Amino acid sequence: MTAFNHVQTAHCESGVVSNLFRHYGLKISEPMAFGIGAGIFFGHLPFVKVNGVPGTTYRIWPGAIFSRVCKRLGVKMESRKFSTPEKAQTALDEVIGKGIPVGMQSSVYYLPYFPASYRFHFNAHNLVVFGKEGSDYLVSDPVMDTVTKIDPGSLAQARFAKGFPEPKGKMYYPVSVPQNVDFTGPIKAGIKQACYFMLKVPMPQFGIKGIRYLAKRVKQYPEKQGERRAALYLGNIIRMQEEIGTGGAGFRFMYAAFLQEAGTLLKNEELITIGKDLTLVGDLWRNFAFAAGRVCKARVVDNSPYNELGDMLLHIADEEEKIFRRLSKVKI
Amino acid sequence: MKKEEVPQDGDNLHKGTFKQLFYAVDQSGEYKEPVTSVGWEPENVALGQAWEEVEHRVNETREQVLAGQKSPIAYYMERTLLDLPLLASKAGKFGWQVKRHMKPAVFKKLSAAMIAKYAAIFSIPAEVLQKGELLPFQRPQ
Repeated sequence: MTAFNHVQTAHCESGVVSNLFRHYGLKISEPMAFGIGAGIFFGHLPFVKVNGVPGTTYRIWPGAIFSRVCKRLGVKMESRKFSTPEKAQTALDEVIGKGIPVGMQSSVYYLPYFPASYRFHFNAHNLVVFGKEGSDYLVSDPVMDTVTKIDPGSLAQARFAKGFPEPKGKMYYPVSVPQNVDFTGPIKAGIKQACYFMLKVPMPQFGIKGIRYLAKRVKQYPEKQGERRAALYLGNIIRMQEEIGTGGAGFRFMYAAFLQEAGTLLKNEELITIGKDLTLVGDLWRNFAFAAGRVCKARVVDNSPYNELGDMLLHIADEEEKIFRRLSKVKI
Repeated sequence: MKKEEVPQDGDNLHKGTFKQLFYAVDQSGEYKEPVTSVGWEPENVALGQAWEEVEHRVNETREQVLAGQKSPIAYYMERTLLDLPLLASKAGKFGWQVKRHMKPAVFKKLSAAMIAKYAAIFSIPAEVLQKGELLPFQRPQ
């Protein structure tokens, strides 16, 4: 049996990176993986609806953190997708049989060990399978506090869930991991990319512009959507902000932790200071969620609370813009 | 967020059996060890609301099925939190085909194989679906 050191993390993708790499002796904290992978982002997509509710994201698209970290640190990964669950299971058994822990993309709806109230159809979850006990698989799911187990049937369903993004049995594992890595270059590249995505992506739905775009829409919710849907849309913004594996304020805090760690490592005071200011912006996001939650609960009909929420978002956008403008000018 | 501000609003959704991890600063404003949280009120509200919405849709569809306006396929789609595009791709059909199967008259003529396929997607016995029995929806405990 492969010994796998399971450590609980805040987010599944950066968590899997951190846990998998540590297994091969490359120590990288979760915030460091998140920062080097330029995981921080914002996007509001009113046209991409799940069950009729527009989507909001506080992080970069699934898989991006992973591929960027691998590229920047020089880790070589083997990544495979499959046409049938049978082929996927055979390949998995073969690889874990060799003692290699395997990362995989899955739907949370089919994970029996997952908290039931979180089990919606969300396909971009990441976990590590590292062994078998009888016919059950041993799972290190980064958002769970201990190692768990899953039966082969449920795992197959989770790996072959339909809908976006379709996992198609995707599994991945490192084939070559460097032992001594200089983090300077990767940190620099990660920060540069995050600043680009937050400040310069030329579409109104993304980055700082996206926060302002959402602010405008929130203000129009009661008028355009009616009381019921307005509350539902708002609730979804909070859920996407706070739920495990997606946390919005949480991502701001994690990125702040990254800036602190990077600043300490590179002896760069400016990064540490910016990290402290970003922590304050994370708190603004939390205040927003708190106020929005109260509006959801009260089911108010008039526009004024929605206007106030929109203004809170505009304030957050201003503060976040200042942070990333400063960050883009830091010499590393 | 300061460590002592990490929310600990336990709720009835997962009874404190599940803890999330948060990065939070200590007295000196530094991130050291992450802190676990048993839940936060705004999230609990939003999550509760999402399940309320699921329940609402399930009940609404149930009424429509009982009134003979829709087939049990529509009911079980809502019950398994699926939407039309997702159900169609799972069934290997086009959206318009699945929509047709939601018409009671078309549903009655579905082949046993098709019924079995839907039943597997909904994780229910094929006979239950065939007979049009509507198993109750239960909120996750």
